Amino acid sequence: MTGTVALAAQSQGFLSTSGVEIAFLLVGLVTFGAALVTVTTKQLVHAALWLVVALGGLAVEYLLLTAEFIAWVQVLIYVGSVVVLLLFGLMLTKAPIGRSPDADSGNRWPALGVAVAAAAALVWIVVDAFRTTWIDLDGAPQGTTKVSGEILFRHWVLPFEALSVLLLAALVGAVVLSRRKADAETAGSKAGGKR
Amino acid sequence: MHLVYPAVLAALLFCTGLYGVLARRNAILVLMSVELMLNAVNLNLVAFDVWLRDTLHAGQALTLFTIAIAAAEIGIGLAIVLLVYRNRGTADVDRLRDLREDAPGADTPAGDRERTAEAAA
Repeated sequence: MTGTVALAAQSQGFLSTSGVEIAFLLVGLVTFGAALVTVTTKQLVHAALWLVVALGGLAVEYLLLTAEFIAWVQVLIYVGSVVVLLLFGLMLTKAPIGRSPDADSGNRWPALGVAVAAAAALVWIVVDAFRTTWIDLDGAPQGTTKVSGEILFRHWVLPFEALSVLLLAALVGAVVLSRRKADAETAGSKAGGKR
Repeated sequence: MHLVYPAVLAALLFCTGLYGVLARRNAILVLMSVELMLNAVNLNLVAFDVWLRDTLHAGQALTLFTIAIAAAEIGIGLAIVLLVYRNRGTADVDRLRDLREDAPGADTPAGDRERTAEAAA
């Protein structure tokens, strides 16, 4: 084990960080900090806005990993639509604008214990497993739009189409769920006189 | 780039989301934490895809599918939360205890339930 580690250290160098690594580390710190604020802040709207920072930071991480298409999909779908949906949800449930003291439930400290234990275990295992592994980011980018389009429509067409059916089902389901009952009743009475 | 950086960041983000799911009271904040966990998984998928140089790019394809499923999930989840809010007047997950065994009073707060029990006695 120590032999492989020493060999890997010779070939790559543990401390000779490249510019990409430093950028990844800094953006990762921002992302993690924003995620922490998202789950701890007492102001509900601020939580949604910090979520934008966390998701945008993840998009930058995808760019640094040369997965361009995923990065822009992340920006479009998460930052563009999911956060807007969440803000709409906060507005429609009349979330308080200022600080709400009961944002965290009573099992906050057990939750913190579980999360810290899970983080310690996961980080330990991951570091132990991949400490001699390097990603080769040189050469052709792995996730340009051309590459993504080719693999998506050449090898993954069937799952892609199934996913479109799932999205349609989710859309119809959301519409059905969020219709007001009074509207449904009037629509039903108009249609057939009885429900 | 060292593979440990994205892997550790993904693990930390996942555990942040885990804490949020367990500790938050508002259902919409719980949904935000679920999004964080899904994003951690996406980061792992992309990092391992780039590391393995998979010719099928299964990691990136799965990431796209996960993003789409997360969008569907957030739509349905918000619809359900809105429905609960409309019926109950609250979106707090720990006040929805209709299925609790020892609480016939269901959604009334604990104090009210004791008072009604005293009044009945």
